[in-house]
Amino acid sequence: MANSQRPLSPHLGIYKWPLAMAISILHRITGVALAVGAVLMVALFVAIASDPECYEWMRSILAGKIGKSFLFLWTLALFLHLFNGIRHLFWDAGYGFDKQTTFNSGVITLLATVILTVAVWGVAYFS
Amino acid sequence: MAQFTLPANSVVKPGKTFKCPTNSNNIKKVTVYRYEPDNGENPRTDTYEVDMNDCGPMILDILIKIKNEMDPTLSFRRSCREGICGSCSMNINGSNTLACTKAVDDYKGDLKIYPLPHLPVVKDLVGDLTNFYAQYASVKPWMQADTPPPPDRERLQSKEDREKLEGLEECILCACCSTSCPSYWWNSDRYLGPATLLQAYRWIADSRDEATGERLDELEDPFKLYRCHTIMNCTNTCPKGLNPAKAIAEIKKLIAARRN
Repeated sequence: MANSQRPLSPHLGIYKWPLAMAISILHRITGVALAVGAVLMVALFVAIASDPECYEWMRSILAGKIGKSFLFLWTLALFLHLFNGIRHLFWDAGYGFDKQTTFNSGVITLLATVILTVAVWGVAYFS
Repeated sequence: MAQFTLPANSVVKPGKTFKCPTNSNNIKKVTVYRYEPDNGENPRTDTYEVDMNDCGPMILDILIKIKNEMDPTLSFRRSCREGICGSCSMNINGSNTLACTKAVDDYKGDLKIYPLPHLPVVKDLVGDLTNFYAQYASVKPWMQADTPPPPDRERLQSKEDREKLEGLEECILCACCSTSCPSYWWNSDRYLGPATLLQAYRWIADSRDEATGERLDELEDPFKLYRCHTIMNCTNTCPKGLNPAKAIAEIKKLIAARRN
């Protein structure tokens, strides 16, 4: 059939990403990351409940540089997913759809994510 | 499953450059997607150096100038040149818009012009919109009413009810929004897309239409309606300044409300 031989016009490779599109895909990525993080959290609880050596082993991994980097990224993911989720609640209720509001709420989401993540780690380090 | 890369026959190759025939000091480099259906080759991008001292102010003026003076083989749709027919919708510097209502001065530097994204290409900037129109037809975009109209006049509507159609009836079906939507890229076989859903809501919101229940029944489907994830590309790109994302949200709200 002639139709199936027609080339497909370029899409993802040429489209200029608006802020909302970037946050939308980040929402999905952070959702997946948090699901993986939830498994790790369960593993940690199991370790606490089983025996001190196992817990100590888990702690040594998470307290290391790589472990802490991951925990930092999970904090970022948690706040982004949380604040963007609130943004979605407003949308689902029918509010905040015009272009400027969408952009503004996106900026607020990102700012709140960064501020809260830094605050949580600041508290963790200095208290 | 969504395919994020282009199939082998769709990969864009570099093409020719057409030098400006005049010694102009005001040249715009315009790169245009080209596809020749008859020679079996992959699509390519040709670059035209356009003399802006002798060209109209809109993107469509550039394309017409290229076709008239530099390369008559270039194909694109255009008709009204005033943003009401929806023919010259295309992707300009990464966003979908109408070539006729978009000023060249809105862009700094070179121009890159592609057909609307993720469509089968007929030739050059002409995408195949068969599926798009079939989806539009599927929502029965006409008034349905069992009550006969009054014998002596048309069906009347209050000013307040007419106002509910503002921002809906202006849609010209240019397909800029639907072809900007990643959900539509990956699921256009089953997801209706923002343009068709805005049109569906245009009839749901019409006080004279009596088929609201049936219309909502038709739309209550995980793919037809709920592939919308509020990515907002539709609203961000609409050349008429309409809000398809809001129309879709209103449909979702109506379906949620009638479940109670």
